[in-house]
Amino acid sequence: MKRTFFFLLPLLMPAPAFADAAIPVTLQNHKFSPSEIHVKANSPTVIALTNKDATAEEFDSSALQVEKVVAGNSSGNVRIRALAPGRYPFMGEYHSATAQGVVVAK
Amino acid sequence: MLSALLIVFREVIEAGLIVGIVLAATKGVPRRDFAVGMGVGAGVLGACLVAVFAGGLASLFQGSGQELFNAAILILAVIMLTWHNVWMASHGREMARELKAAGHEVVTGRRTLAALGVVVGVAVLREGSEVVLFLYGIAAQGGVSNAGLLAGGALGLAAGAAVSALMYFGLLTIPAGRLFQVTSGLITLLAAGMAAQAVLFLQNGGYLDAWTGTIWDTSWLLREDSIPGRLLHTLVGYVQAPDGAQIVAYLATIIAIVVLMRLTGRQAPAARPQPAE
Repeated sequence: MKRTFFFLLPLLMPAPAFADAAIPVTLQNHKFSPSEIHVKANSPTVIALTNKDATAEEFDSSALQVEKVVAGNSSGNVRIRALAPGRYPFMGEYHSATAQGVVVAK
Repeated sequence: MLSALLIVFREVIEAGLIVGIVLAATKGVPRRDFAVGMGVGAGVLGACLVAVFAGGLASLFQGSGQELFNAAILILAVIMLTWHNVWMASHGREMARELKAAGHEVVTGRRTLAALGVVVGVAVLREGSEVVLFLYGIAAQGGVSNAGLLAGGALGLAAGAAVSALMYFGLLTIPAGRLFQVTSGLITLLAAGMAAQAVLFLQNGGYLDAWTGTIWDTSWLLREDSIPGRLLHTLVGYVQAPDGAQIVAYLATIIAIVVLMRLTGRQAPAARPQPAE
């Protein structure tokens, strides 16, 4: 029953628009800029990630509970849940040597 | 080469563990290798397609296509695992008894074999598409020689296959009478973890907003992105900082599977003549 419910959910509800207050972040040469992102604690936000590299990258953070692939030369929205104050590291999994960043919630 | 090996291995572990468990759970079912092989093959093909169309997929559903797709295939896997377990609850005992003789019940095992083939396909597809994107990225960049890249990727795959074999042969050391009990338990936890992850994808896609507060945080004890953390994440659904909705999905899945197994398990023996107690 529960599973059927989850299947139907997306059909019942339009995905909420997050156009307001999305924080722009750019990925270029496998580096995030800005690499330190400040957000308000206890309120959800959205990172609008633009990947200017030719290859895909996975925005990956176990602290933020996010895994999102952004294809090369395209953009994607990464939803960040309401966070308790603190530092939440993230990385581009495919180029983790350089693609590192942190979300700071205050 | 080393980085290619490590990343491919990280991604392949999950699929490897699931294949190992599925192989053990279908021990003695005819044509099992065919079904699992089909699952792997379809998964690899699907992974390539998902990787090629990653951009298009992501832009569907107002930018939530990727999350929705992941949630949907995870829910499909949860349903298939549930079906398998419920079916096993009514037929597992005969299967254990007649493991060597291809009795009627064992032959009907083919039915849930298809379900588990789907589960294998989903696992390979999810992890495989990331491997394809990653390897393609390195190849396009030309930073590593193609030979080194291929070698790293191949070694990573081999290591993943080794995990699969280890899981399988480890499970086979369990006596036949107990084997299906153990695999049923493992499959229940696997399904619960997948359900919780499906909820996470729905949350990240913006479809679920309730109970998103973190309930506890054990990242100080075991980081989810470490190899042991990843193993536990696959096997029992370990999440370092779960929220309420994930925990509810996890527990609800376990309860649903156990209740359904009890119900069918109780009905099954009544259909046959039973010795007086």
